[in-house]
Amino acid sequence: MPTQTIYTLIKQLLKKKTTNPFPVKYTPDNMHDAQELIEEGKLEINPPVEVPPGFRGKLKYDKESCIGCQLCVKVCPSEALVFTEERKVRHYVTRCTFCGQCVDICPTDSFEFTDEFLMAGPEKLYDDLVLNP
Amino acid sequence: MNGENGAEETTYEVPIGPIHPALKEPFLIKFRLDGEEIVDAEPHPGMNHRGIEFMGMHRNPMEVIPLSERICGICSIVHQHMFTTATEHALQIEPTNRARYIRTIMCELERIHSHILWAGVAAHEIGFDTHLHLTWKIREKVMDLLEYIAGNRVNYSMWTFGGVRRDITEEMHPKISETLEYYEKTYDKLENIFLKDPSIKMRTKDVGILSKKKALELCGVGPTVRASGVKKDVRIDQPYAAYGDIDIDYVIPSRYGFEDKGDVFSKTVVRLKELLQSIDIIKQCVAQMPEGEITSEPKKAALFNKLEKKDGEGIGRIEAPRGEAIHYVRLSEGREDIDNWKIRASTYNNLPTYAPMFMGEQIADIPIIAASIDPCIGCMDRAEIVDIRSGETETYAREELHELSVEKTKKLKEEGI
Ligand code: SF4
Ligand code: SF4
Repeated sequence: MPTQTIYTLIKQLLKKKTTNPFPVKYTPDNMHDAQELIEEGKLEINPPVEVPPGFRGKLKYDKESCIGCQLCVKVCPSEALVFTEERKVRHYVTRCTFCGQCVDICPTDSFEFTDEFLMAGPEKLYDDLVLNP
Repeated sequence: MNGENGAEETTYEVPIGPIHPALKEPFLIKFRLDGEEIVDAEPHPGMNHRGIEFMGMHRNPMEVIPLSERICGICSIVHQHMFTTATEHALQIEPTNRARYIRTIMCELERIHSHILWAGVAAHEIGFDTHLHLTWKIREKVMDLLEYIAGNRVNYSMWTFGGVRRDITEEMHPKISETLEYYEKTYDKLENIFLKDPSIKMRTKDVGILSKKKALELCGVGPTVRASGVKKDVRIDQPYAAYGDIDIDYVIPSRYGFEDKGDVFSKTVVRLKELLQSIDIIKQCVAQMPEGEITSEPKKAALFNKLEKKDGEGIGRIEAPRGEAIHYVRLSEGREDIDNWKIRASTYNNLPTYAPMFMGEQIADIPIIAASIDPCIGCMDRAEIVDIRSGETETYAREELHELSVEKTKKLKEEGI
């Protein structure tokens, strides 16, 4: 048993980590200062992990090609899509569940998934995260 | 009210909703104790009504597909499958053959991750946290594969009426076989830990026994009753998806030279052997997968109109990692929303089996026995303990129970049995 333990320990030391690293090793005392440091290039952060192919990230909406058929609004489970007066749709990113039903049903392919996933808002209808506001 | 032995008993109010709000199906078990020994256990489900069915009945079937997979964070494929098959049944549409195979592969991948997750939880409950981390590390591989196929780590959004939304292409085969090989290799490790380690055996053998008779009487489902030797598996009894074409047999402990005892150990055997079974099923599916379309209703807009104009009702059954589960759906003409939706998840059937399992056991065994049915609840957050001698009541928080359980393992180890 002890030999196995030692063997496992040595193997663990040499192996690549299974988990993904955090952006920074320790939580900074002050988030704003840290952010400024990053912008100035004084603090390096671990880049986010790579996304798999076919990842369902933030949507991209092509307003021009949209014909205003409202099908996407009907199949959206979380009411993230709202039909506007100009006969286009508005998309609230913070409400979206990334199910992709709008992408599937749209006859003109106006919706598309992107690889972007770093997005969060403090409320359900967060103003800063709206497509076609 | 006076108890049998004359000691005064009081009645207790069951607190509604204090159970951990972060967990899916909080519930309560009331135990009656004679000293350390449990003489009665009474499960109280229904502590938290989430109103998912009600929400579904105010949405159209297309909107409910993503909602249905959010019923459970672990069995999201299971619920999605049941809901879509029930609706397909009502609409009288059939999925394509290729879709059936893809569905089967996804269901089995989910079983692998669910069973490994359970193994980790079980190890944690008896105080082996290293094993928890080890098993969950092993589980990451299948999560990566699921993410690779579906685009999501959980809540895969793969199903649609008439088939699936994403294909398993030729390019994905190497990654699938690589993952399966990894599991074949690591299986021995898991077996060494859970079936051969003497300290784990001490805590799982002859603990929480569910006899075959009781299992049949109480209508338990899944690995919980297969461990008692009951041959019950929807995949074989009433095949769905591609299971009809697959070579598969009931996983019961006696098939592998163990006893069909129904204790925690037998349940571990069943779950671990099902890992091997799942690997085998996926291999068969990948080898036999027919060519063709992945959905029989590629035109989503037309499908949406069809859903509105259809009368009908349907049932979807599945062998979830925890046992059989059912969805019932009714659609009516001229109504966009679903008319009726009923969900019966496997844990609901398995809760009554707690009563015989807990009988005669000790408080310190509560966490592992509670975990043994793989409840889709954060097992017991709070248990109320009534001492029948004094009629006193104490409420044990989850942490305290866990402490007791860990202490018991330590004590047994020191005694060196
Ligand atoms: S991805 Fe789903 S939730 Fe998000 S906007 Fe589209 S339909 Fe709505
Ligand atoms: S389905 Fe496509 S075309 Fe129709 S409203 Fe939505 S985005 Fe526009």
